[in-house]
Amino acid sequence: MDLREILNNLSSSNGVSGEESSAGAAALKLLKKYCPDAYIDEMGSVIGTVGSYKANVPHILLDAHLDQVGFIVTYITEEGFVKVGNVGGLDMRIMPAQNVLLHGKQTINGVIASIPPHLSNGEQKVSDVTELLIDTGYDKAELSEIIALGDRVTFDTPFMQLQDKRIAAHSMDDRCGIAAILYALELMHEKELSCNLTVLFSSQEEVGECGAETAVYNINPDIAVAVDVTFAMGHGDDPVKCGKLENGPMIGISPTLSREVSNSLIHTAKEKNIPWQSEIMNGTTGTNADRFSVSRGGVKSCTLSIPLRYMHTPSEVISIADVENTGKLLAEWIMGGYIC
Amino acid sequence: MLSKYLKELCLLCGASGNENSVREYICRNAETYGDSIKIDSLGNLIIEKKGANRSPKKLMISAHMDEVGLIVTYINDDGTMQIAPVGGIDASVVIGRPVVVDGNINGVIGAKPVHLLNSKQRKELPEFSELYLDIGAENKEQAEKLISLGTYVHFLPSFTKMGSSKVRSKALDDRIGCAIMLELLKEDLPYDVTFAFLVQEEVGLRGAKAAAYSVDPDVAIVLEATTAADITGAEGDAKVCSLGNGPVVSFMDRSTIYDRELYSIAFEECKKMDIPCQTKTRIAGGNDSGTIHLSRGGVRTIAISAPCRYLHSPSCVADMNDIENCLKLTRAMIEKAVQI
Repeated sequence: MDLREILNNLSSSNGVSGEESSAGAAALKLLKKYCPDAYIDEMGSVIGTVGSYKANVPHILLDAHLDQVGFIVTYITEEGFVKVGNVGGLDMRIMPAQNVLLHGKQTINGVIASIPPHLSNGEQKVSDVTELLIDTGYDKAELSEIIALGDRVTFDTPFMQLQDKRIAAHSMDDRCGIAAILYALELMHEKELSCNLTVLFSSQEEVGECGAETAVYNINPDIAVAVDVTFAMGHGDDPVKCGKLENGPMIGISPTLSREVSNSLIHTAKEKNIPWQSEIMNGTTGTNADRFSVSRGGVKSCTLSIPLRYMHTPSEVISIADVENTGKLLAEWIMGGYIC
Repeated sequence: MLSKYLKELCLLCGASGNENSVREYICRNAETYGDSIKIDSLGNLIIEKKGANRSPKKLMISAHMDEVGLIVTYINDDGTMQIAPVGGIDASVVIGRPVVVDGNINGVIGAKPVHLLNSKQRKELPEFSELYLDIGAENKEQAEKLISLGTYVHFLPSFTKMGSSKVRSKALDDRIGCAIMLELLKEDLPYDVTFAFLVQEEVGLRGAKAAAYSVDPDVAIVLEATTAADITGAEGDAKVCSLGNGPVVSFMDRSTIYDRELYSIAFEECKKMDIPCQTKTRIAGGNDSGTIHLSRGGVRTIAISAPCRYLHSPSCVADMNDIENCLKLTRAMIEKAVQI
């Protein structure tokens, strides 16, 4: 399985929260190999079941979110500039002169307007999202034929190979989680499992874990693991708040997570010599696990996070080694009996 | 052909002091058309071209080959690198951007993720000293094998059409001028012209000073890209100049008070040819005219610029119609300038 190719494939599809059809189609195609009956639900999430149903064994859910942060078109000005709202949390410091794609009747190129240093008189300020203007090169009449209010806008950066196993691309949050689950499925392919296993690539995580909330109700698992990303230490960052690239998946430990599941993942990592790190949180996790744990009568939940630098910028950096080890840990954990 | 030259020139990397690849491209494309080609000790490329007639006044037409970029100043223990701007760049158009180092190594400009900033930090632009280059090296040793101090860093090259007639790219400032000069070099000219492709404009108009001394012209035409702020919200003079409104001929900027007679002739010529022409409505920016018009005993100088949005960013936007009209105006000005 070529993880680099899968990451490139998933990153070149688009799926700003609430409009995940392109990313959903790409993920569904990849999932069908392991879950021939996989489908897309009412909320746009991709759901697949591995193997046939067995009675009296636990039901495990592996989840990664499908959606990415981006913009939604709110207005077109007389001069032909597009105004937007943010979908998910964005870093407003990086917006000027940022290349974007506008997904209307067709996908068109654009750039967020900036005021160059020649005119700013040395004054530098961070704009509010309502002040952003997207330049497409079209005038208002031409634009109105292509773009409608409510259309989504994504960052436009290429998938870049850095040194060795490190790559930079937009939407690695959380397409690398999807890649890790697909890798786990590959490792477990055609093996007999002692559990029922469902895979969820959920919509609308970035706007409040909405896709996960409705999907987990229908799936009704006993145990759920949210595979997402977390902060990898960049230069000068606080080591208390960050993991490290290439040091393995980060196993979540938190009052809101099942310590039983956390310990079981840690046990597997130690047993199988898979590098791992811990991510200690003191309450909710900001991931889909927050929805899973309180679904129906309660679900034993945990987070497994891939360390990532420059989160929510168009150049998120991860190491493919961490994606591999995340997939490996999930596969070994499930095949090894998943609970100590 | 103009758009082919422009695209190929924009895709080359040439921050100030590192103009080699741009100069080589121009030499390759100009050698059959020039009568003499000289490269001076700073790296300026000076091409003499004979016209049908000897010029009563010596005319120099110039554009600069360099673009804004970054330079590596220090390698950190964790394999990341400190950087400094080469030319005037705002930090906001640099953070989180894909870059290319030394022409072939991919990298991104890192900054602390927005989630780890407090609300005050989210509203402030970082200093350059807080940003760093990440090529995916795991440590200092690996980084040192790949990169030495003083290595140049460029915005990732990409050249994209937008709308019906606009283009988006890095380095439009001033590959537009270079492309127009290459086009003129191919033509049969009415008079002798010296074409000067200059270095180090962005770090203080330095190549122009040496070249103007050597060439010793009576009259100079400087070809440039100048800052347009014609976006929604900019009213009247705040637009400075507008895309689609033709070549920009300034009466004054931060570097030069231009020759009034040449200024008037430029508008007359545009009127005769029935092409639009505009001036800048703010005293802002500057270009090689600043040192050229003060060379030796003084040089009568005019600047003809294409209006360009988001100058000094990875994604400047210009209109091909304006660039075509700059070519027409420059062609017409040759005959007038040598007889002034």
